[in-house]
Amino acid sequence: MAKVKMTVNGRQVGSECEDRTLLVHFLRENLALTGTHVGCDTTQCGACVVHMDGRSVKSCTILAAQAAGSTITTIEGLAGGGDLHPVQAAFKANHGLQCGFCTPGMVMTAVDMIRRHGANLDEATVRAELDGNICRCTGYHNIVKSILAAAAEMGGVQQAAE
Amino acid sequence: MYATNYHRASSVQDAVKLKSGTEEGKYLSGGMTLIATMKQRLASPSDLVDLRHIPDLKGISVNGRSVRIGAATTHYDVASSVELKAVCPAICDLAHHIGDPHVRHMGTIGGSVANNDPAADYPAALLALDAVVVTNAREIKAGDFFTGLFETALEEGEIIVAVTFDAPEKAAYAKFRNPASRYAMTGVFVARRGNGEVRAAVTGAGADGVFRHDGIEAALATNWSADALAGVTVDASDLLSDIHASSEYRANLVKVMAKRAVAAA
Ligand SMILES: Cc1cc2nc3c(=O)[nH]c(=O)nc-3n(C[C@H](O)[C@H](O)[C@H](O)COP(=O)(O)OP(=O)(O)OC[C@H]3O[C@@H](n4cnc5c(N)ncnc54)[C@H](O)[C@@H]3O)c2cc1C
Ligand code: FES
Ligand code: FES
Repeated sequence: MAKVKMTVNGRQVGSECEDRTLLVHFLRENLALTGTHVGCDTTQCGACVVHMDGRSVKSCTILAAQAAGSTITTIEGLAGGGDLHPVQAAFKANHGLQCGFCTPGMVMTAVDMIRRHGANLDEATVRAELDGNICRCTGYHNIVKSILAAAAEMGGVQQAAE
Repeated sequence: MYATNYHRASSVQDAVKLKSGTEEGKYLSGGMTLIATMKQRLASPSDLVDLRHIPDLKGISVNGRSVRIGAATTHYDVASSVELKAVCPAICDLAHHIGDPHVRHMGTIGGSVANNDPAADYPAALLALDAVVVTNAREIKAGDFFTGLFETALEEGEIIVAVTFDAPEKAAYAKFRNPASRYAMTGVFVARRGNGEVRAAVTGAGADGVFRHDGIEAALATNWSADALAGVTVDASDLLSDIHASSEYRANLVKVMAKRAVAAA
């Protein structure tokens, strides 16, 4: 057991855990941030995606100890107060989810994708970028639509701000 | 996962020292193979020595045509390196097709090379580029480094520090992905040097792991074109056969991927 410290959603946190504790379990069980899900045990489904130091990662295949000292953003850290993040709003507006199990990972993946590609995202790129995220309900169409809508919206906002 | 003890190394020397003090310790880089394997209880190292925070192991440098990629450089950083793309776009493209975006943000070239999975992508690039694996103790040519399935020339406790190679005149990698795992069902990396030397390395197909194919190399040395490969035969008897593909199917894939790679180079 050791005390693992990191910054999660802008807050400094520290909690005792075993060295073998996975980041996803640290978030869910030690910090009660249950928005990050576990959907597989083979690092393939992406339900567990969070951002570590600004990049999307699978929190089911990183030890909490490996993440010590880093800055983590989870799905709970996206919305600003009562306002949904533009990607969350786009998933809502475009019916980008059904059961919602994959959605936190999809949204975190989409935010990372839009950070890297901006408003230039096209459908083929979105589909290729979703390689590491599995959805058993939607057939992906509305997820792709949501991400493209969010990219257009956020690209537009960025341009307007420049 | 079985219990383990985590250590974070600050330098290569520190890592060697930390590991030598353990019972059955292992180095940990991106963890995209090792943590995944530990979760399945297929590996149970007593200790993990994390290399990801060692500054000397990170980054890419390009000096003229000579390239050095630090062992702890992620697949994403290789895929998106502007300097590397200018001299050897084939290796950027290869890195861009490993796994998925999240795996590429963590997984590293050193971890991939040390693991020598028979379906991994980098071993084909290293062999075709005649790369050198630089460790804390010596320099090992790629041709001597990959010694069998999940086997390498690394000694106990030896750390890969970097991979170096001279950028080729032309190169490309073509991969037939296993649609479920994203690993190579068969991948072929072809490279041609200014002096006309051609190397073609095959991953995902060999029963003993990555290998060079003489027939493909000879045909391409005479005539660098996809058409030149029409008459090449690939012997299925040395190839893998599993639930994903028979060895005959893989033999055909070797030829098709080689053609696609040459056409793209
Ligand atoms: C869903 C998924 C899909 C994937 N798809 C592909 C794919 O399409 N193609 C592909 O090639 N790979 C694929 N991978 C594997 C991925 O590329 C891994 O990143 C890579 O195999 C291991 O790199 P790592 O940095 O994560 O190493 P780790 O998992 O940390 O370590 C792997 C092994 O190497 C040793 N090691 C690590 N670094 C060093 C070093 N510097 N010196 C000596 N020994 C060292 C460790 O002790 C361990 O035995 C996939 C992985 C996942 C989870
Ligand atoms: S839970 Fe992490 S990839 Fe499935
Ligand atoms: S909405 Fe149910 S798994 Fe994606």
